[in-house]
Amino acid sequence: MMKSIRVLSLENISKRFGSVVANNSVNIDLYQGEVLALLGENGAGKTTLMNMLFGHYIPDSGSIEILGNKGQMEPLILGHPQASLDAGIGMVHQHFTLAENLSVLDNILLGSEKIWAWRHNRSNARDKISKIMNRTGLSAPLDEEVGKLTVGERQRVEILKALYQEVKILVLDEPTAVLTPQEADTLFENVSAMTKDGLSVIFISHKLREVLSFSNRIAVLRHGKKVGEIPTSEANERVIARMMVGEDTIENPRKKMKIGSPVLQLNGVSSKGDSTRTSLKRTNLTIHKHEIVGVAGVSGNGQSLLAKLISGLAEPDSGELLIDGKNIKYFSPQEMQSLGVGRIPEDRHHDGVIGAMSVAENLIIERLHDEDVNNKGFLQNKNIRKNAKTLIEKYDIRGPGIDANAALLSGGNIQKLILARVFECMPNVILANQPTRGLDLGAANEVARRLLEARTRGAGILLISEDLDEILELSDRIMVIHDGSLTEAINVSREAIGLMMAGEKA
Amino acid sequence: MIRIEPREMPSKWWTIGIPIISAFIAILLAAIPLSLADANILEAYRQMANGIFGSTFAFTEMLTRATPLIFTGLAATIAFRAKLWNIGAEGQLYLGAMAAVAVGTGLIDAPAFILIPIILLAGALSGAIGMAAPTYLKTRFGADEVVTTLLLNFIVIIFLQMMLEGPLKDPMGMGWPQSEPIVDNGVLPQLLPRMRMHAGLIIALLTAGLVHLFLSKSIWGFKIRAVGENPSAALHAGINVKRTFMGAAVVSGAIAGLAGVSEVAGLRGYLTTDLSPGFGYTGIVVAMLAGLSPIGVVISAIFIASIFVGADTMSRAIGVSSYLADLVVALSLICVLIGGFIARYKFIRTNKGNV
Repeated sequence: MMKSIRVLSLENISKRFGSVVANNSVNIDLYQGEVLALLGENGAGKTTLMNMLFGHYIPDSGSIEILGNKGQMEPLILGHPQASLDAGIGMVHQHFTLAENLSVLDNILLGSEKIWAWRHNRSNARDKISKIMNRTGLSAPLDEEVGKLTVGERQRVEILKALYQEVKILVLDEPTAVLTPQEADTLFENVSAMTKDGLSVIFISHKLREVLSFSNRIAVLRHGKKVGEIPTSEANERVIARMMVGEDTIENPRKKMKIGSPVLQLNGVSSKGDSTRTSLKRTNLTIHKHEIVGVAGVSGNGQSLLAKLISGLAEPDSGELLIDGKNIKYFSPQEMQSLGVGRIPEDRHHDGVIGAMSVAENLIIERLHDEDVNNKGFLQNKNIRKNAKTLIEKYDIRGPGIDANAALLSGGNIQKLILARVFECMPNVILANQPTRGLDLGAANEVARRLLEARTRGAGILLISEDLDEILELSDRIMVIHDGSLTEAINVSREAIGLMMAGEKA
Repeated sequence: MIRIEPREMPSKWWTIGIPIISAFIAILLAAIPLSLADANILEAYRQMANGIFGSTFAFTEMLTRATPLIFTGLAATIAFRAKLWNIGAEGQLYLGAMAAVAVGTGLIDAPAFILIPIILLAGALSGAIGMAAPTYLKTRFGADEVVTTLLLNFIVIIFLQMMLEGPLKDPMGMGWPQSEPIVDNGVLPQLLPRMRMHAGLIIALLTAGLVHLFLSKSIWGFKIRAVGENPSAALHAGINVKRTFMGAAVVSGAIAGLAGVSEVAGLRGYLTTDLSPGFGYTGIVVAMLAGLSPIGVVISAIFIASIFVGADTMSRAIGVSSYLADLVVALSLICVLIGGFIARYKFIRTNKGNV
């Protein structure tokens, strides 16, 4: 590793948003050919810091210097994304920034080709992209519309786009959230190979295992401050977790439990759903009381449709779905709720909360017909506020208060709000779809603890996740979904499940 | 260089203050076209104020003009809260007026306390159907309601012309395309002697109060807000999105229908094709100026009615075009939109990087 050449230097960067200090005198250096992992809980200021590097925000104080073409450190013009792009900084955002109605090829070229060029040299671009694909192992269908791609594929397009722009510094904001373990390993191998060519990588992640195996150096942010920086060779999970949270994390105690009667059964369910990409094929699945069944798989293999079925948002074309032994004929979210199905949606911002309504209102949105909320068609504001105060306390939902819009909460607190709403109804069946995606350690542990608590209480839980560590940690049984088919994993090793996720027999 | 960043929490005072400041700025800006028309600007403003506050008659005329705007503004407010873009209040107004004329010109003979509610109900029902139909097409087939409701306005007007030449034509109307007059028992009573201001205003204010109550305090209003702000989360949470759209549509259409009843049974007495000078469309401006607040609708309807009535007086007194009123209304809408932008974002001066 060429640790001698410094390519980037953030000096005393501070940024405030109103009363919130997002970054407080952060100093970070990046050297050529290294992978720097940036760790921290949600709201620790990682993304804000990177947004300043990328010119989306201007720091209140501090400066950024970057290695110029002449081999000298030059100050970066702040607040100009174009300047950052020209300096060779590329970023793959946590929330994708692709144009859904354009093809993959167009998306990759977007921004690096002149809009008014006489004609685009597509075949050259194609050659260049396929070279990158060969080198990195990242693949994406170039002529497909991005809107039709799965989340995982979209992320690959984002990375390809950055690589196409020949970046010198690549920022990856939680890149593996949507990849299979094998894909993630391949990505790491190839990014590692590219760092040998001189690429420097800043890697933002919550997954300690990845950070430990993949990075050269780890910097930890907490409450906007850099609280530690160590070479990865000297780090272990415990040390880093303590730095991030400021305390030792509690392991979730997990007892073996005797399963009870089946609460959710899918017997030969086939469904096309509304898209043509993935359909469910003759799915059999049984979940009992006191049981967590994990569904592992790469995004876009039918998980969404499975979740939609159990949420009441889609109907089976054939086969039957039973809840507590009762055959469901009429599928709607209301029906599922009234049967005691609690649902934690995959996209919590889009399906979970109504951002422009208050925290208190969001907490009762699934209970509009309960007597304490609804008195002859009118909202019982007193009860609603009391309920909100209780739940905020009980589930530790932090934000500006119960009357503030839910949109002002951080991702972790939005998830806590949804947990409060779901678990307070004491559901018999819980659908947890990507319940910890994008959450920090503290919030993710909270989710796991609540799920285990519900299992102890007697609920049956379907846990859909792309995070294999989470599935392995929480599930009593593991199913793997690939191309719309569910298969039970007999051998529950990481490798075997990874192969099944890729569609091979294990 | 100036950078624009969103404010975290737009201040409450700004959200109330900005429409008011914008309205004043718009009236001030009207000085530019006035001076271009070679008018004495101060005299013009004096005449305008005179036309609104100069006499009891002037003031009641202004409120009479505001009455249909309150109805159509409320109709737009309810629909827009659900993000259901009802551009068809004009057509629903005429449907309401037609129903009022159909039952109120001698079909039913009853005392006023029975006949007036029947007329109101008929008008509301008719308007409701006028909005329910395009909303059904939206929820069932995904037809864009902006297009369907807008085009329905023209269909309704042509249908009205047909009716006024046919079944609804007044045999005593000397061949004019107008309906028979509403029978005496069906006419909305006047509120003051010798003034045209009528009970429609009371009904409009009551409706505004009810809409406010239902939107902010009822489950129904909660559902409308939820569906308007995030339909997929509302659906996921078990709210019947299609039914909520339908509910908003029916109430929105019904209130627009009441605007027609109020005009025909309170003011004109009979129906012609020029009953409304675009009250349905102006209602959209009223609702937007009010920030989709039902109470705000009352205020903004009175403001816009004042501009129209004041500009009328001004144009008669000093001979400038009364189209100036449209100009002021348009200016104030633009000012409010710009003001809303200022309320939501902050502007930060930055010094350029030193390269």
